[in-house]
Amino acid sequence: MWAQIQSNRRRSMILVAALALVLLLLGYFLGEAFLGSGLFGLIIALVIWAVMNLIAYFQGGALILSLSRARKIGPDDYPRLWNVVEEMKIASGLEKMPDVYIIDDPAINAFATGRSPKHAAVTVTSGLLQKMNRDELQGVVAHEMSHIQNRDVLLMTLCSVLLGTIVILAWYGSRVMLFSGGGRGRRSGSGGGGNGAAIIMIVALLLAILAPIFAQLIYFAISRKREYLADASGALYTRYPEGLASALEKIADSTVGLKSANQAFAPMYIANPFRKEGRSASDLTSTHPPIRERVRILRSMAGGASFVDYNKAFQQVRNIKQNIIPGSALAGAAGLVATRQQTPVLDKSSESQQKLERAREVSGLLDKLHQYTALACQCGTAFRIPPDYKGKVIRCPRCGKDNQIPIR
Amino acid sequence: MVWIILGIVLGILVLLAITFFVIYNSLVGLRNQVKNSWSQIDVQLKRRHDLIPNLIETVKGYAAHERQTLEAVTQARNLAVGAVGKGVGEQAKAEGGLSGALARLLAVAEQYPNLKANENFLALQEELSSTENKISFSRQFYNDSVLQYNNKTQMAPSNIVAGMFGFKSGEFFEVKGPEEREAPKVSFNK
Repeated sequence: MWAQIQSNRRRSMILVAALALVLLLLGYFLGEAFLGSGLFGLIIALVIWAVMNLIAYFQGGALILSLSRARKIGPDDYPRLWNVVEEMKIASGLEKMPDVYIIDDPAINAFATGRSPKHAAVTVTSGLLQKMNRDELQGVVAHEMSHIQNRDVLLMTLCSVLLGTIVILAWYGSRVMLFSGGGRGRRSGSGGGGNGAAIIMIVALLLAILAPIFAQLIYFAISRKREYLADASGALYTRYPEGLASALEKIADSTVGLKSANQAFAPMYIANPFRKEGRSASDLTSTHPPIRERVRILRSMAGGASFVDYNKAFQQVRNIKQNIIPGSALAGAAGLVATRQQTPVLDKSSESQQKLERAREVSGLLDKLHQYTALACQCGTAFRIPPDYKGKVIRCPRCGKDNQIPIR
Repeated sequence: MVWIILGIVLGILVLLAITFFVIYNSLVGLRNQVKNSWSQIDVQLKRRHDLIPNLIETVKGYAAHERQTLEAVTQARNLAVGAVGKGVGEQAKAEGGLSGALARLLAVAEQYPNLKANENFLALQEELSSTENKISFSRQFYNDSVLQYNNKTQMAPSNIVAGMFGFKSGEFFEVKGPEEREAPKVSFNK
Protein backbone atom coordinates (compact mmCIF):
# COMPACT_ATOMS: atom_id res chain seq x y z
CA MET A 1 0.00 0.00 0.00
CA TRP A 2 2.80 2.40 0.85
CA ALA A 3 4.72 1.34 -2.25
CA GLN A 4 2.81 3.71 -4.52
CA ILE A 5 5.89 5.63 -5.44
CA GLN A 6 5.03 6.13 -9.09
CA SER A 7 6.55 9.49 -9.85
CA ASN A 8 9.71 8.58 -8.03
CA ARG A 9 9.97 5.52 -10.21
CA ARG A 10 9.58 7.68 -13.31
CA ARG A 11 12.38 9.97 -12.22
CA SER A 12 14.61 6.99 -11.53
CA MET A 13 13.79 5.56 -14.95
CA ILE A 14 14.95 8.79 -16.58
CA LEU A 15 18.25 8.48 -14.74
CA VAL A 16 18.56 4.83 -15.75
CA ALA A 17 17.87 5.85 -19.35
CA ALA A 18 20.65 8.44 -19.05
CA LEU A 19 22.98 5.69 -17.83
CA ALA A 20 21.96 3.49 -20.76
CA LEU A 21 22.61 6.38 -23.16
CA VAL A 22 26.13 6.75 -21.79
CA LEU A 23 26.67 3.04 -22.42
CA LEU A 24 25.33 3.21 -25.98
CA LEU A 25 27.43 6.28 -26.84
CA LEU A 26 30.50 4.61 -25.45
CA GLY A 27 29.80 1.40 -27.37
CA TYR A 28 29.19 3.28 -30.59
CA PHE A 29 32.32 5.41 -30.52
CA LEU A 30 34.59 2.63 -29.36
CA GLY A 31 33.22 0.50 -32.22
CA GLU A 32 33.72 3.32 -34.67
CA ALA A 33 37.29 3.85 -33.50
CA PHE A 34 38.49 0.22 -33.40
CA LEU A 35 36.22 -1.97 -35.40
CA GLY A 36 35.39 0.48 -38.12
CA SER A 37 31.71 0.12 -37.40
CA GLY A 38 29.79 1.99 -34.73
CA LEU A 39 26.87 -0.39 -35.10
CA PHE A 40 29.09 -3.36 -34.33
CA GLY A 41 30.40 -1.67 -31.17
CA LEU A 42 26.84 -0.87 -30.20
CA ILE A 43 25.86 -4.51 -30.57
CA ILE A 44 28.82 -5.72 -28.50
CA ALA A 45 27.97 -3.26 -25.72
CA LEU A 46 24.34 -4.38 -25.75
CA VAL A 47 25.24 -8.07 -25.66
CA ILE A 48 27.60 -7.63 -22.70
CA TRP A 49 24.96 -5.59 -20.94
CA ALA A 50 22.21 -8.15 -21.60
CA VAL A 51 24.30 -11.07 -20.35
CA MET A 52 25.27 -9.21 -17.20
CA ASN A 53 21.66 -8.24 -16.62
CA LEU A 54 20.49 -11.84 -16.88
CA ILE A 55 23.10 -12.96 -14.40
CA ALA A 56 22.26 -10.12 -12.04
CA TYR A 57 18.52 -10.71 -12.29
CA PHE A 58 18.55 -14.40 -11.56
CA GLN A 59 21.73 -14.79 -9.54
CA GLY A 60 22.40 -11.26 -8.25
CA GLY A 61 21.03 -11.78 -4.74
CA ALA A 62 22.80 -15.10 -4.26
CA LEU A 63 26.01 -13.63 -5.68
CA ILE A 64 26.07 -10.69 -3.27
CA LEU A 65 25.20 -12.92 -0.33
CA SER A 66 27.96 -15.40 -1.09
CA LEU A 67 30.51 -12.65 -1.78
CA SER A 68 29.76 -11.07 1.56
CA ARG A 69 29.90 -14.51 3.23
CA ALA A 70 26.38 -14.27 4.65
CA ARG A 71 24.74 -17.23 6.33
CA LYS A 72 21.04 -17.95 6.32
CA ILE A 73 19.27 -18.35 9.65
CA GLY A 74 15.94 -19.86 10.65
CA PRO A 75 13.32 -18.75 13.20
CA ASP A 76 14.94 -20.70 16.05
CA ASP A 77 18.53 -19.62 15.44
CA TYR A 78 18.00 -16.09 16.64
CA PRO A 79 14.35 -15.49 17.56
CA ARG A 80 14.75 -11.79 18.28
CA LEU A 81 16.02 -10.94 14.80
CA TRP A 82 13.57 -13.27 13.11
CA ASN A 83 10.66 -11.77 15.07
CA VAL A 84 11.70 -8.22 14.31
CA VAL A 85 11.88 -9.03 10.59
CA GLU A 86 8.46 -10.64 10.77
CA GLU A 87 7.06 -7.63 12.63
CA MET A 88 8.32 -5.31 9.91
CA LYS A 89 7.05 -7.64 7.20
CA ILE A 90 3.60 -7.22 8.73
CA ALA A 91 3.93 -3.47 9.21
CA SER A 92 5.02 -2.93 5.60
CA GLY A 93 2.35 -5.27 4.22
CA LEU A 94 4.88 -7.41 2.36
CA GLU A 95 3.28 -10.60 1.07
CA LYS A 96 6.13 -12.97 1.76
CA MET A 97 8.56 -13.26 4.63
CA PRO A 98 12.04 -12.41 3.32
CA ASP A 99 14.99 -14.71 4.04
CA VAL A 100 17.17 -13.61 6.93
CA TYR A 101 20.98 -13.71 6.71
CA ILE A 102 23.77 -12.91 9.13
CA ILE A 103 27.34 -11.83 8.36
CA ASP A 104 29.91 -12.63 11.00
CA ASP A 105 31.58 -9.22 11.13
CA PRO A 106 32.05 -6.70 13.94
CA ALA A 107 31.10 -3.82 11.61
CA ILE A 108 27.59 -2.42 12.07
CA ASN A 109 25.70 -2.66 8.82
CA ALA A 110 22.74 -4.21 7.04
CA PHE A 111 21.44 -4.61 3.49
CA ALA A 112 18.56 -5.96 1.45
CA THR A 113 18.83 -8.09 -1.68
CA GLY A 114 16.46 -9.77 -4.11
CA ARG A 115 14.90 -8.84 -7.42
CA SER A 116 11.32 -8.56 -6.17
CA PRO A 117 9.38 -8.54 -2.91
CA LYS A 118 8.82 -12.27 -3.43
CA HIS A 119 12.52 -13.10 -3.75
CA ALA A 120 14.00 -10.93 -1.05
CA ALA A 121 16.47 -11.23 1.78
CA VAL A 122 17.50 -9.04 4.69
CA THR A 123 21.07 -9.32 5.90
CA VAL A 124 22.56 -7.89 9.08
CA THR A 125 26.03 -8.13 10.58
CA SER A 126 26.62 -9.77 13.94
CA GLY A 127 28.10 -6.45 15.10
CA LEU A 128 24.75 -4.81 14.47
CA LEU A 129 22.92 -7.47 16.48
CA GLN A 130 25.26 -6.88 19.38
CA LYS A 131 25.04 -3.11 19.42
CA MET A 132 21.37 -2.44 18.76
CA ASN A 133 18.50 -2.67 21.18
CA ARG A 134 15.14 -3.88 19.96
CA ASP A 135 13.75 -0.52 18.84
CA GLU A 136 16.93 0.27 16.93
CA LEU A 137 17.03 -3.14 15.28
CA GLN A 138 13.44 -2.59 14.26
CA GLY A 139 14.32 0.75 12.69
CA VAL A 140 17.15 -0.78 10.67
CA VAL A 141 15.05 -3.71 9.48
CA ALA A 142 12.19 -1.33 8.58
CA HIS A 143 14.62 0.69 6.46
CA GLU A 144 15.72 -2.45 4.60
CA MET A 145 12.13 -3.62 4.26
CA SER A 146 11.25 -0.41 2.49
CA HIS A 147 14.08 -0.99 0.00
CA ILE A 148 12.40 -4.32 -0.77
CA GLN A 149 8.89 -2.87 -0.83
CA ASN A 150 9.87 0.01 -3.14
CA ARG A 151 11.80 -2.35 -5.40
CA ASP A 152 14.93 -0.32 -4.85
CA VAL A 153 16.97 -3.48 -4.93
CA LEU A 154 15.99 -4.26 -8.51
CA LEU A 155 16.61 -0.68 -9.58
CA MET A 156 19.98 -0.53 -7.90
CA THR A 157 20.97 -3.89 -9.40
CA LEU A 158 19.96 -2.62 -12.83
CA CYS A 159 22.05 0.49 -12.30
CA SER A 160 25.08 -1.25 -10.90
CA VAL A 161 25.07 -3.65 -13.87
CA LEU A 162 24.91 -0.72 -16.28
CA LEU A 163 27.67 1.01 -14.41
CA GLY A 164 29.72 -2.17 -14.37
CA THR A 165 29.34 -2.62 -18.13
CA ILE A 166 30.38 0.97 -18.77
CA VAL A 167 33.43 0.60 -16.56
CA ILE A 168 34.47 -2.65 -18.29
CA LEU A 169 34.04 -1.22 -21.80
CA ALA A 170 35.85 1.98 -20.91
CA TRP A 171 38.69 0.11 -19.26
CA TYR A 172 39.34 -2.20 -22.21
CA GLY A 173 38.75 0.63 -24.66
CA SER A 174 41.30 2.92 -23.08
CA ARG A 175 43.90 0.12 -22.70
CA VAL A 176 43.62 -0.85 -26.34
CA MET A 177 43.86 2.79 -27.34
CA LEU A 178 46.95 3.47 -25.24
CA PHE A 179 48.88 0.37 -26.25
CA SER A 180 47.97 0.11 -29.91
CA GLY A 181 48.58 3.81 -30.32
CA GLY A 182 45.15 4.45 -31.78
CA GLY A 183 43.36 1.75 -33.77
CA ARG A 184 41.80 2.67 -37.07
CA GLY A 185 43.08 6.24 -37.06
CA ARG A 186 46.58 5.10 -37.95
CA ARG A 187 45.83 2.06 -40.08
CA SER A 188 43.58 3.97 -42.47
CA GLY A 189 45.76 7.00 -42.02
CA SER A 190 46.03 8.08 -45.62
CA GLY A 191 43.24 9.50 -47.71
CA GLY A 192 40.16 11.55 -46.93
CA GLY A 193 39.02 9.55 -43.90
CA GLY A 194 41.96 10.65 -41.78
CA ASN A 195 40.49 13.79 -40.32
CA GLY A 196 37.13 12.27 -39.41
CA ALA A 197 38.78 9.22 -37.95
CA ALA A 198 40.94 11.38 -35.73
CA ILE A 199 37.91 13.19 -34.39
CA ILE A 200 36.17 9.90 -33.69
CA MET A 201 39.32 8.71 -31.99
CA ILE A 202 39.35 11.72 -29.68
CA VAL A 203 35.65 11.40 -28.91
CA ALA A 204 36.11 7.69 -28.13
CA LEU A 205 39.05 8.47 -25.87
CA LEU A 206 37.18 11.22 -24.06
CA LEU A 207 34.17 8.98 -23.61
CA ALA A 208 36.29 6.14 -22.31
CA ILE A 209 37.69 8.45 -19.66
CA LEU A 210 34.57 10.44 -18.79
CA ALA A 211 31.83 7.81 -19.12
CA PRO A 212 32.67 5.88 -15.94
CA ILE A 213 32.86 9.09 -13.90
CA PHE A 214 29.63 10.43 -15.34
CA ALA A 215 27.88 7.10 -14.89
CA GLN A 216 29.00 6.88 -11.28
CA LEU A 217 27.58 10.32 -10.55
CA ILE A 218 24.19 9.30 -11.96
CA TYR A 219 24.31 6.05 -10.03
CA PHE A 220 25.03 7.77 -6.75
CA ALA A 221 22.33 10.37 -7.35
CA ILE A 222 19.75 7.60 -7.69
CA SER A 223 21.03 5.85 -4.60
CA ARG A 224 20.99 8.88 -2.31
CA LYS A 225 17.34 9.69 -3.01
CA ARG A 226 16.40 6.11 -2.23
CA GLU A 227 18.04 6.33 1.15
CA TYR A 228 15.90 9.28 2.24
CA LEU A 229 12.80 7.48 1.08
CA ALA A 230 13.78 4.32 2.94
CA ASP A 231 14.36 6.37 6.11
CA ALA A 232 10.93 7.94 5.76
CA SER A 233 9.32 4.53 5.27
CA GLY A 234 11.27 3.15 8.21
CA ALA A 235 9.75 5.83 10.42
CA LEU A 236 6.31 5.14 8.97
CA TYR A 237 6.44 1.36 9.46
CA THR A 238 7.74 1.48 13.03
CA ARG A 239 5.89 4.67 13.97
CA TYR A 240 9.02 5.41 15.93
CA PRO A 241 11.58 7.60 14.11
CA GLU A 242 13.79 7.72 17.19
CA GLY A 243 14.58 4.01 16.84
CA LEU A 244 16.12 4.42 13.39
CA ALA A 245 17.73 7.73 14.39
CA SER A 246 19.54 6.25 17.35
CA ALA A 247 20.52 3.19 15.27
CA LEU A 248 22.05 5.46 12.63
CA GLU A 249 23.86 7.35 15.34
CA LYS A 250 25.42 4.13 16.60
CA ILE A 251 26.44 3.28 13.05
CA ALA A 252 28.02 6.72 12.64
CA ASP A 253 29.93 6.36 15.88
CA SER A 254 31.35 2.99 14.97
CA THR A 255 34.76 3.07 13.36
CA VAL A 256 34.84 -0.45 11.96
CA GLY A 257 34.54 -0.85 8.20
CA LEU A 258 33.00 -3.93 6.66
CA LYS A 259 35.61 -6.47 5.57
CA SER A 260 33.69 -8.20 2.84
CA ALA A 261 32.10 -5.16 1.20
CA ASN A 262 32.34 -4.49 -2.51
CA GLN A 263 32.29 -1.05 -4.12
CA ALA A 264 29.55 -1.90 -6.62
CA PHE A 265 27.17 -3.02 -3.89
CA ALA A 266 27.82 -0.07 -1.60
CA PRO A 267 24.45 1.61 -2.21
CA MET A 268 22.67 -1.48 -0.92
CA TYR A 269 23.91 -1.12 2.64
CA ILE A 270 22.11 0.98 5.22
CA ALA A 271 25.23 3.12 5.63
CA ASN A 272 28.23 3.38 3.35
CA PRO A 273 30.43 0.41 4.24
CA PHE A 274 33.58 2.29 3.18
CA ARG A 275 33.65 4.90 5.83
CA LYS A 276 35.90 7.86 5.50
CA GLU A 277 35.30 9.79 8.66
CA GLY A 278 35.90 13.48 8.49
CA ARG A 279 34.42 13.69 5.02
CA SER A 280 30.90 14.30 6.21
CA ALA A 281 29.80 16.62 3.42
CA SER A 282 27.34 15.08 1.03
CA ASP A 283 29.43 15.44 -2.07
CA LEU A 284 28.53 14.04 -5.45
CA THR A 285 30.57 10.90 -4.99
CA SER A 286 28.86 9.50 -1.95
CA THR A 287 26.24 6.79 -2.19
CA HIS A 288 24.56 7.78 1.02
CA PRO A 289 23.48 11.11 2.48
CA PRO A 290 25.56 12.02 5.54
CA ILE A 291 24.37 10.01 8.52
CA ARG A 292 24.26 12.97 10.91
CA GLU A 293 21.89 14.73 8.58
CA ARG A 294 19.66 11.66 8.32
CA VAL A 295 19.55 11.52 12.12
CA ARG A 296 18.70 15.22 12.37
CA ILE A 297 15.83 14.83 9.90
CA LEU A 298 14.39 11.84 11.75
CA ARG A 299 14.61 13.71 15.05
CA SER A 300 12.87 16.78 13.60
CA MET A 301 9.72 14.88 12.75
CA ALA A 302 7.95 16.34 15.80
CA GLY A 303 5.58 13.62 16.92
CA GLY A 304 4.46 12.52 13.46
CA ALA A 305 5.57 9.45 11.53
CA SER A 306 4.00 10.02 8.11
CA PHE A 307 5.69 10.85 4.81
CA VAL A 308 4.34 14.39 5.19
CA ASP A 309 6.12 14.78 8.52
CA TYR A 310 9.37 13.42 7.10
CA ASN A 311 9.15 15.73 4.10
CA LYS A 312 8.60 18.72 6.37
CA ALA A 313 11.53 17.72 8.57
CA PHE A 314 13.72 17.26 5.48
CA GLN A 315 12.89 20.74 4.19
CA GLN A 316 13.48 22.23 7.60
CA VAL A 317 16.86 20.57 8.15
CA ARG A 318 18.14 21.17 4.64
CA ASN A 319 16.51 24.62 4.55
CA ILE A 320 15.14 24.06 1.03
CA LYS A 321 11.71 23.90 -0.59
CA GLN A 322 12.29 20.77 -2.64
CA ASN A 323 10.19 17.67 -1.83
CA ILE A 324 12.20 14.58 -1.07
CA ILE A 325 9.12 12.36 -0.99
CA PRO A 326 7.29 12.26 -4.33
CA GLY A 327 4.01 14.18 -4.46
CA SER A 328 1.85 11.12 -5.16
CA ALA A 329 3.06 9.43 -1.99
CA LEU A 330 2.55 12.62 0.01
CA ALA A 331 -1.08 12.86 -1.13
CA GLY A 332 -1.67 9.18 -0.37
CA ALA A 333 -0.30 9.57 3.13
CA ALA A 334 -2.91 12.09 4.19
CA GLY A 335 -4.27 11.60 7.67
CA LEU A 336 -2.75 11.74 11.07
CA VAL A 337 0.01 9.26 11.73
CA ALA A 338 1.26 9.71 15.27
CA THR A 339 4.40 8.15 16.62
CA ARG A 340 4.14 5.52 19.29
CA GLN A 341 5.70 5.47 22.70
CA GLN A 342 9.10 3.99 23.25
CA THR A 343 8.82 0.28 23.95
CA PRO A 344 8.42 0.21 27.72
CA VAL A 345 11.42 -1.28 29.42
CA LEU A 346 10.08 -3.67 32.00
CA ASP A 347 13.46 -5.33 32.21
CA LYS A 348 15.16 -3.44 34.99
CA SER A 349 18.64 -4.67 34.23
CA SER A 350 21.04 -1.96 33.14
CA GLU A 351 21.97 -1.13 29.56
CA SER A 352 25.45 -2.62 30.00
CA GLN A 353 23.98 -5.86 31.34
CA GLN A 354 21.67 -6.08 28.34
CA LYS A 355 24.62 -5.49 26.05
CA LEU A 356 26.44 -8.37 27.69
CA GLU A 357 23.37 -10.55 27.32
CA ARG A 358 23.13 -9.65 23.62
CA ALA A 359 26.81 -10.34 23.09
CA ARG A 360 26.37 -13.77 24.64
CA GLU A 361 23.35 -14.50 22.47
CA VAL A 362 25.13 -13.44 19.31
CA SER A 363 28.29 -15.39 20.00
CA GLY A 364 26.16 -18.45 20.75
CA LEU A 365 24.44 -17.98 17.42
CA LEU A 366 27.72 -17.61 15.54
CA ASP A 367 29.09 -20.76 17.18
CA LYS A 368 26.01 -22.57 15.99
CA LEU A 369 26.38 -21.22 12.46
CA HIS A 370 30.04 -22.17 12.34
CA GLN A 371 29.16 -25.58 13.79
CA TYR A 372 31.27 -25.12 16.88
CA THR A 373 30.56 -27.67 19.57
CA ALA A 374 30.49 -27.08 23.30
CA LEU A 375 32.58 -29.28 25.57
CA ALA A 376 32.85 -29.20 29.35
CA CYS A 377 35.99 -30.42 31.12
CA GLN A 378 35.66 -32.18 34.46
CA CYS A 379 37.14 -29.18 36.25
CA GLY A 380 34.19 -27.08 35.06
CA THR A 381 35.90 -25.19 32.24
CA ALA A 382 33.75 -24.90 29.12
CA PHE A 383 35.23 -24.90 25.62
CA ARG A 384 33.91 -23.97 22.24
CA ILE A 385 35.52 -26.14 19.65
CA PRO A 386 35.77 -25.47 15.89
CA PRO A 387 34.48 -28.29 13.64
CA ASP A 388 37.94 -29.35 12.35
CA TYR A 389 39.00 -30.45 15.85
CA LYS A 390 36.57 -33.36 15.79
CA GLY A 391 38.12 -36.63 16.97
CA LYS A 392 41.26 -34.90 18.29
CA VAL A 393 42.47 -34.58 21.85
CA ILE A 394 42.93 -31.20 23.50
CA ARG A 395 44.47 -30.38 26.84
CA CYS A 396 42.43 -28.32 29.25
CA PRO A 397 44.38 -25.10 29.95
CA ARG A 398 43.12 -24.98 33.51
CA CYS A 399 43.57 -28.46 34.97
CA GLY A 400 45.81 -30.03 32.35
CA LYS A 401 43.57 -33.02 31.72
CA ASP A 402 43.36 -34.37 28.16
CA ASN A 403 39.90 -34.22 26.65
CA GLN A 404 38.82 -36.40 23.75
CA ILE A 405 36.56 -34.51 21.35
CA PRO A 406 33.69 -36.60 19.99
CA ILE A 407 33.66 -37.19 16.24
CA ARG A 408 30.01 -36.33 15.68
CA MET B 1 -22.41 17.28 -38.38
CA VAL B 2 -24.61 14.58 -36.92
CA TRP B 3 -21.75 12.14 -37.13
CA ILE B 4 -19.41 14.43 -35.25
CA ILE B 5 -21.90 14.83 -32.40
CA LEU B 6 -22.54 11.10 -32.36
CA GLY B 7 -18.81 10.48 -32.23
CA ILE B 8 -18.34 12.87 -29.33
CA VAL B 9 -21.20 11.31 -27.40
CA LEU B 10 -19.81 7.85 -28.05
CA GLY B 11 -16.34 8.98 -26.94
CA ILE B 12 -17.71 10.37 -23.71
CA LEU B 13 -19.61 7.14 -23.06
CA VAL B 14 -16.50 5.02 -23.61
CA LEU B 15 -14.50 7.29 -21.30
CA LEU B 16 -17.18 7.05 -18.63
CA ALA B 17 -17.20 3.26 -18.91
CA ILE B 18 -13.42 3.08 -18.53
CA THR B 19 -13.49 5.36 -15.47
CA PHE B 20 -16.25 3.25 -14.02
CA PHE B 21 -14.28 0.03 -14.37
CA VAL B 22 -11.12 1.55 -12.98
CA ILE B 23 -12.95 2.83 -9.90
CA TYR B 24 -14.82 -0.43 -9.43
CA ASN B 25 -11.63 -2.46 -9.63
CA SER B 26 -9.73 -0.26 -7.21
CA LEU B 27 -12.66 -0.52 -4.75
CA VAL B 28 -12.58 -4.31 -4.98
CA GLY B 29 -8.80 -4.28 -4.56
CA LEU B 30 -9.00 -2.11 -1.46
CA ARG B 31 -11.81 -4.18 0.02
CA ASN B 32 -9.73 -7.31 -0.43
CA GLN B 33 -6.76 -5.61 1.17
CA VAL B 34 -8.91 -4.77 4.21
CA LYS B 35 -10.08 -8.40 4.43
CA ASN B 36 -6.57 -9.69 3.97
CA SER B 37 -5.06 -7.43 6.61
CA TRP B 38 -7.84 -8.43 8.99
CA SER B 39 -6.89 -12.07 8.59
CA GLN B 40 -3.31 -11.03 9.45
CA ILE B 41 -4.54 -9.70 12.80
CA ASP B 42 -6.52 -12.89 13.30
CA VAL B 43 -3.43 -15.05 12.82
CA GLN B 44 -1.53 -13.11 15.47
CA LEU B 45 -4.42 -13.07 17.93
CA LYS B 46 -4.76 -16.83 17.55
CA ARG B 47 -1.03 -17.17 18.17
CA ARG B 48 -1.36 -15.21 21.38
CA HIS B 49 -4.29 -17.33 22.56
CA ASP B 50 -2.15 -20.43 21.95
CA LEU B 51 0.85 -19.08 23.85
CA ILE B 52 -1.00 -18.14 27.01
CA PRO B 53 -1.74 -21.61 28.55
CA ASN B 54 1.95 -22.41 28.16
CA LEU B 55 2.94 -19.17 29.85
CA ILE B 56 0.55 -19.73 32.73
CA GLU B 57 1.92 -23.22 33.33
CA THR B 58 5.48 -21.90 33.45
CA VAL B 59 4.68 -19.00 35.76
CA LYS B 60 2.64 -21.26 38.07
CA GLY B 61 5.72 -23.35 38.78
CA TYR B 62 7.52 -20.36 40.27
CA ALA B 63 4.82 -17.99 41.43
CA ALA B 64 1.85 -20.16 42.37
CA HIS B 65 0.49 -17.69 44.91
CA GLU B 66 -0.10 -15.01 42.26
CA ARG B 67 -3.41 -16.79 41.71
CA GLN B 68 -5.45 -13.66 41.12
CA THR B 69 -3.26 -12.37 38.35
CA LEU B 70 -3.05 -15.78 36.71
CA GLU B 71 -6.81 -16.26 36.84
CA ALA B 72 -7.39 -12.79 35.42
CA VAL B 73 -5.28 -13.73 32.40
CA THR B 74 -7.08 -17.06 31.92
CA GLN B 75 -10.42 -15.30 32.15
CA ALA B 76 -9.42 -12.57 29.73
CA ARG B 77 -8.16 -15.19 27.33
CA ASN B 78 -11.43 -17.11 27.47
CA LEU B 79 -13.33 -13.90 26.80
CA ALA B 80 -11.07 -13.14 23.85
CA VAL B 81 -11.44 -16.64 22.40
CA GLY B 82 -15.20 -16.33 22.83
CA ALA B 83 -15.24 -13.03 20.97
CA VAL B 84 -13.67 -14.49 17.82
CA GLY B 85 -15.96 -13.90 14.87
CA LYS B 86 -18.28 -11.51 16.74
CA GLY B 87 -17.25 -8.46 14.75
CA VAL B 88 -14.35 -6.06 14.84
CA GLY B 89 -15.56 -3.88 17.70
CA GLU B 90 -16.40 -6.72 20.07
CA GLN B 91 -13.15 -8.54 19.38
CA ALA B 92 -11.04 -5.42 19.77
CA LYS B 93 -12.54 -4.87 23.22
CA ALA B 94 -11.88 -8.42 24.44
CA GLU B 95 -8.34 -8.42 23.05
CA GLY B 96 -7.68 -5.07 24.73
CA GLY B 97 -8.64 -6.63 28.06
CA LEU B 98 -6.33 -9.57 27.42
CA SER B 99 -3.41 -7.25 26.60
CA GLY B 100 -3.91 -5.44 29.90
CA ALA B 101 -4.09 -8.67 31.96
CA LEU B 102 -0.99 -10.04 30.22
CA ALA B 103 1.00 -6.87 30.86
CA ARG B 104 0.14 -7.14 34.57
CA LEU B 105 1.18 -10.79 34.70
CA LEU B 106 4.52 -10.09 33.04
CA ALA B 107 5.10 -7.17 35.40
CA VAL B 108 4.46 -9.47 38.35
CA ALA B 109 6.86 -12.05 36.91
CA GLU B 110 9.62 -9.45 37.16
CA GLN B 111 9.68 -10.00 40.93
CA TYR B 112 10.74 -13.63 40.62
CA PRO B 113 14.43 -13.94 39.72
CA ASN B 114 14.22 -17.72 39.38
CA LEU B 115 11.39 -17.43 36.90
CA LYS B 116 13.32 -14.81 34.95
CA ALA B 117 16.29 -17.15 34.72
CA ASN B 118 14.13 -19.93 33.26
CA GLU B 119 15.04 -20.57 29.59
CA ASN B 120 11.53 -21.62 28.76
CA PHE B 121 10.12 -18.46 30.27
CA LEU B 122 12.61 -16.28 28.44
CA ALA B 123 11.70 -17.87 25.12
CA LEU B 124 8.00 -17.48 25.88
CA GLN B 125 8.56 -13.89 26.87
CA GLU B 126 10.28 -13.11 23.57
CA GLU B 127 7.48 -14.87 21.66
CA LEU B 128 4.77 -13.05 23.57
CA SER B 129 6.27 -9.60 23.35
CA SER B 130 6.89 -10.11 19.66
CA THR B 131 3.33 -11.36 19.17
CA GLU B 132 2.11 -8.21 20.93
CA ASN B 133 4.18 -6.16 18.51
CA LYS B 134 2.88 -8.13 15.55
CA ILE B 135 -0.68 -7.58 16.72
CA SER B 136 -0.14 -3.85 16.94
CA PHE B 137 1.66 -3.71 13.58
CA SER B 138 -1.03 -5.73 11.84
CA ARG B 139 -3.61 -3.51 13.51
CA GLN B 140 -1.72 -0.49 12.23
CA PHE B 141 -1.69 -1.90 8.69
CA TYR B 142 -5.35 -2.90 8.95
CA ASN B 143 -6.39 0.56 10.10
CA ASP B 144 -4.38 2.18 7.31
CA SER B 145 -6.09 -0.10 4.81
CA VAL B 146 -9.50 0.74 6.24
CA LEU B 147 -8.73 4.45 6.09
CA GLN B 148 -7.72 4.17 2.45
CA TYR B 149 -10.78 2.08 1.60
CA ASN B 150 -13.16 4.37 3.48
CA ASN B 151 -11.73 7.44 1.81
CA LYS B 152 -12.39 5.80 -1.53
CA THR B 153 -15.98 4.83 -0.66
CA GLN B 154 -16.80 8.28 0.69
CA MET B 155 -15.07 10.64 -1.69
CA ALA B 156 -16.48 11.77 -5.04
CA PRO B 157 -16.63 10.39 -7.66
CA SER B 158 -15.83 6.88 -6.40
CA ASN B 159 -18.61 7.14 -3.77
CA ILE B 160 -21.16 6.91 -6.61
CA VAL B 161 -19.81 3.54 -7.73
CA ALA B 162 -19.46 2.43 -4.10
CA GLY B 163 -23.10 3.32 -3.43
CA MET B 164 -24.33 1.48 -6.55
CA PHE B 165 -22.62 -1.78 -5.58
CA GLY B 166 -22.95 -1.61 -1.83
CA PHE B 167 -19.31 -1.08 -0.82
CA LYS B 168 -19.76 -0.34 2.87
CA SER B 169 -17.24 1.51 5.01
CA GLY B 170 -14.89 -0.65 7.05
CA GLU B 171 -14.62 -0.59 10.80
CA PHE B 172 -11.41 0.50 12.52
CA PHE B 173 -9.76 -1.79 15.03
CA GLU B 174 -9.61 0.59 17.94
CA VAL B 175 -8.13 -0.07 21.30
CA LYS B 176 -10.35 1.24 24.04
CA GLY B 177 -9.86 1.66 27.77
CA PRO B 178 -7.21 3.81 29.44
CA GLU B 179 -5.19 0.93 30.92
CA GLU B 180 -4.74 -0.56 27.48
CA ARG B 181 -3.57 2.72 26.03
CA GLU B 182 -0.90 3.06 28.69
CA ALA B 183 0.61 -0.34 28.06
CA PRO B 184 -0.02 -1.24 24.45
CA LYS B 185 3.20 -3.22 24.23
CA VAL B 186 5.03 -5.69 26.32
CA SER B 187 8.71 -5.90 25.71
CA PHE B 188 11.52 -6.92 27.96
CA ASN B 189 14.57 -7.68 25.96
CA LYS B 190 15.41 -4.25 24.82
